[in-house]
Amino acid sequence: EISAPWTFHNLQELRHSASLANKVFLQRDYSDGTTCRFQTKFPSELESRIERPLFEDTVKRLNIYYAEAEKMGGQSYLEGCLACATAYLIFLCMETRYEKVLKKIGRYIQEQNEKIYAPRGLLITDPIERGMRVIEISIYEDRGSSGSCSGSSSTSGSSAR
Amino acid sequence: MLHLRVAEPMRECEYSQISTRSSTPMETPYKKRIPKRRKWQAFPGRNKFYCNGRIMMARQTGVFYLTLVLILVTSGLFFAFDCPFLSMQITPAIPVIGGVLFVFVLGTLFRTSFSDPGVLPRATPDEAADLERQIDVANGSSSGYRPPPRTREVVINGQTVKLKYCFTCKIFRPPRASHCSLCDNCVERFDHHCPWVGNCVGKRNYRFFYMFILSLSFLTIFIFAFVITHVILRSHRYGFLNTLKDSPASVLEVVVCFFSVWSIVGLSGFHTYLISSNQTTNEDIKGSWSSKRGKGNYNPYSYGNIFTNCCAALCGPLPPSLIDRRGFVQLDTPQPITPTNGITMYGSTQSQSHMAAATPLLQSEPVILTDEAFLPGRTSLGGPCSGALPLGGHPTPPTSTPNLSCDNDMLPLRNEQSDGLRHHHTDGGHHHFLTPEEAPSPPGMLPCGSPLGHSHTIQGFYNPASQDSLHEDSVRGLVKLSSV
Repeated sequence: EISAPWTFHNLQELRHSASLANKVFLQRDYSDGTTCRFQTKFPSELESRIERPLFEDTVKRLNIYYAEAEKMGGQSYLEGCLACATAYLIFLCMETRYEKVLKKIGRYIQEQNEKIYAPRGLLITDPIERGMRVIEISIYEDRGSSGSCSGSSSTSGSSAR
Repeated sequence: MLHLRVAEPMRECEYSQISTRSSTPMETPYKKRIPKRRKWQAFPGRNKFYCNGRIMMARQTGVFYLTLVLILVTSGLFFAFDCPFLSMQITPAIPVIGGVLFVFVLGTLFRTSFSDPGVLPRATPDEAADLERQIDVANGSSSGYRPPPRTREVVINGQTVKLKYCFTCKIFRPPRASHCSLCDNCVERFDHHCPWVGNCVGKRNYRFFYMFILSLSFLTIFIFAFVITHVILRSHRYGFLNTLKDSPASVLEVVVCFFSVWSIVGLSGFHTYLISSNQTTNEDIKGSWSSKRGKGNYNPYSYGNIFTNCCAALCGPLPPSLIDRRGFVQLDTPQPITPTNGITMYGSTQSQSHMAAATPLLQSEPVILTDEAFLPGRTSLGGPCSGALPLGGHPTPPTSTPNLSCDNDMLPLRNEQSDGLRHHHTDGGHHHFLTPEEAPSPPGMLPCGSPLGHSHTIQGFYNPASQDSLHEDSVRGLVKLSSV
């Protein structure tokens, strides 16, 4: 159990009272082609903040969800053919399977943030907001503690997210 | 209103006061003054947006309007002049089928032209910095004049694929992605930039493009066949000259269809081949997966059989757009373009909007020079590139521009020379110079097949370059040839 000198009860508290110290980026893993997968390599900056199995579990689950979104099977073919037959007007009323899964991923990330990452001073950004290029993990330091903001970005001073 | 014009020291005081009060400092004082801007207004690429961000096209849309006019006029003349006769003499199903084809053609054309081809948003400053750090660590300290090229290797399905670093977007391009110099965007599964539809053809709109050219082939053949039928039947009854007098439009239709059929049907055949082997135009032109390159060279993305490849390309899941054109710009989120001289966030997004949407002239000026600077150089390189075509016995791709097919093989020498250029200029202002890998398509492609004078469109647009860049570029061209 990693001892944390801060306790964040929710994400709002995290954003308001913490300052951004660093960001870690998990890049895409293209070894399987162009399908969406992220590398599960555990970044060294997170070693002191979160247990490895928890982290790897999150990333693996995200990879499973993305694979599900991009899976080519009977259902997706049916959806494609139906859409073509209706001249793609059907998407005005119905959302694609990909979009449904993306919403599910958004909810999952929100839940993970609230339960696991925010209490440890971390925040996962949904990859869709970064063009599906990276999983961005923001590392926060408690304002009260003497965390150095050396690695922070240009947004550090003014925007405590 | 005073905040913007206030002298430096005063403004700084104001700024730090705001930051301790609320978590979103920028919004509170400015909220009433600035209406929320949509992301398309701050889009860094060279695209045009219409209908408040719903429609997205490339910057040059002239040829698209030509396509539209040709289709509308020819079909209109067909329905007006030939269909009445044909529906009476043969069957009324003819105009009905023609109508269905016509609607389908227009629908797929609009869908191809107006949708996001699969543009990859540019890296946020944090990401770019992180990547730079990783690259520096990997390469060690830059030794001397020539830093090593920025590439990453990944093994996909047994094949080694090189991922290149895009200097404009500051990302490592995913496999099969490419940077379109005309639109200044990285596009996923980049096929080519098609001036006829006025947009890039990439992952998200390839199926629409294919269905457009397929249905247009059918429509062209349909109109051609039935206009000939009409003329023949009428000539039997009234004589050939009378037929021409009664229905002069038929001649025009026949001429247009005759010339279109070769290119459109040829293009459809070519893309059918590409789909069945799961290749992009870009890869095919470069011969990336051709067996001529090496014994073990094969396409790692192909599923093995034609049916699966076709299904994957045409009926696979359609990924959503990554650029969120109609979302609102969050002033506290990092913007891809960094402000150059310490101006406030508001100022930077303002200049972005000027660049991206309203006045492309500001950006286009330096771009025109570099475009043309590389253009003559490309002519000398047309040899090796277009040479790939006859080798494999592939049908030559006609009209559409297979952009940057040769360019990605450019030497590292060119990369960091213009990288130096690029850095210098981005420090000075918001001008985006093109790296050689992003320069426009080689005219070497154009002699291969552009029956409709496509090459003239491009050459007419660019101004003559200076002697220096011509000379420099032909030297580079020679170096490239010698290294192949």
